Amino acid sequence: MDKTINLTLKVWRQNGPREKGHFETYQVKNISVDSSFLEMLDILNEQLISENKEPVAFDHDCREGICGMCSLYINGRPHGPDDDVTTCQLHMRRFKDGDTVTIEPWRAKAFPVIKDLMVNRSAFDEIIAAGGYVSVSTGGVPDGNAIPIPKPDADEAMDAAACIGCGACVAACKNASAMLFLSAKVSQLALLPQGRVEAKRRAIAMVNKMNELGFGACTNTRACEAECPKSVSISHIARLNREFLKASFAS
Amino acid sequence: MSNFLTVNIGRKFIMSISGIFLILFLLFHMSMNMVLVFSAEGYDMICEFLGANWYALAGTLVLAAGVVIHILYATILTLQNRAARGTDRYAASNRTVTEWSSKNMYVLGLIVVLGLLLHLYNFWYNMQYAEIAYGHDGYEVPAGSKIVGDLFVQPLYVAIYLVWLAALWFHLTHGFWSAMHTIGWNNKIWLDRLKVISNIVATIIIIGFAVVPVKFLIFK
Repeated sequence: MDKTINLTLKVWRQNGPREKGHFETYQVKNISVDSSFLEMLDILNEQLISENKEPVAFDHDCREGICGMCSLYINGRPHGPDDDVTTCQLHMRRFKDGDTVTIEPWRAKAFPVIKDLMVNRSAFDEIIAAGGYVSVSTGGVPDGNAIPIPKPDADEAMDAAACIGCGACVAACKNASAMLFLSAKVSQLALLPQGRVEAKRRAIAMVNKMNELGFGACTNTRACEAECPKSVSISHIARLNREFLKASFAS
Repeated sequence: MSNFLTVNIGRKFIMSISGIFLILFLLFHMSMNMVLVFSAEGYDMICEFLGANWYALAGTLVLAAGVVIHILYATILTLQNRAARGTDRYAASNRTVTEWSSKNMYVLGLIVVLGLLLHLYNFWYNMQYAEIAYGHDGYEVPAGSKIVGDLFVQPLYVAIYLVWLAALWFHLTHGFWSAMHTIGWNNKIWLDRLKVISNIVATIIIIGFAVVPVKFLIFK
């Protein structure tokens, strides 16, 4: 606790999905540069509670970058100024004493605000439910090596599976497109033999669902890839397009 | 296939196919222009050969359809994408580093369309249209090389055409690789290669087109 900073926070406050939101300005003092961004918000909330004010609502859970719950659009970037990390992994050493920090929720038609900085990301769950699974017959546990899979394929499927579904891709995209998320979810299964069986049905069902939920189209600006905390590559989007077009022309 | 044209990827596929078709046309158009750099006689022969013949008219119609489809779907997608962003906009300005042209394709496209309208007025109206409208009355369409030469001795027109080509260059550097990506012909290795190819294709097209007006301005 050798170095501390004082900050001005501009935080989005909104009572509910249908209410009109606005920015509220707060001062936080003596924040350790070693604390995480969410710890800084905890301190702000303690302060608000002690002043008998409503604390700021924000999403968080594991606080170690794997659950995909934290969000926050900080100073014009999803998950803040650091690359390849989630908001919970962002530290206050990335900010300077006296900085003004603007904190907003993800903005997309398909992600309505629940309260303050929390948004409803159940649209992602609906996309997964539409086809992001494999059907298997129950029975004895198969041998781990029964189906040989080339190492490069396994690696690429694993890179896609790193997606935690946080929604930063949608938040970063000028079109609020969910293509990076969807492509990761389609890729992780399309690359493996177990996923090939339902590949056509899956691609069409998930793409249709994404459209129905009001996400935008992909303009290949690569903003999603730049902001993804898990560095999911847009090459998965090319695979998704391939899978969808093949399935469409074949049906 | 039933709802292919209502989903985003289907619409983007139409954008890609029509875009690649228009790039192929640009290459074709540019190669014909290059003839004028070497021989006015050769260029006039090409103009006469195309003119208002049935195959040139059929080609013009297909080309016009390609342009209309490309613009129509671009407009539909742009409106849909704006709606997807929602009603509340971000207050903080976006700090994600991205390719500038990729975010301004529609605006660049509008500049290209404005230039195209001027271009059709300058040339198509005096060449193919003149032949369709008055050709049967024994009207002699002026030689192509003369129409081009008369226009590009004026520095203002050369400047307008160069600005137009610059907008087209930005549009194409993103457009080509993006089209290939949308069709699905891309992966981790080819991503960088396609971007290089995209820059090369755009540069060849733009230099090829710029040579003619610059030549007439300098050498009259």
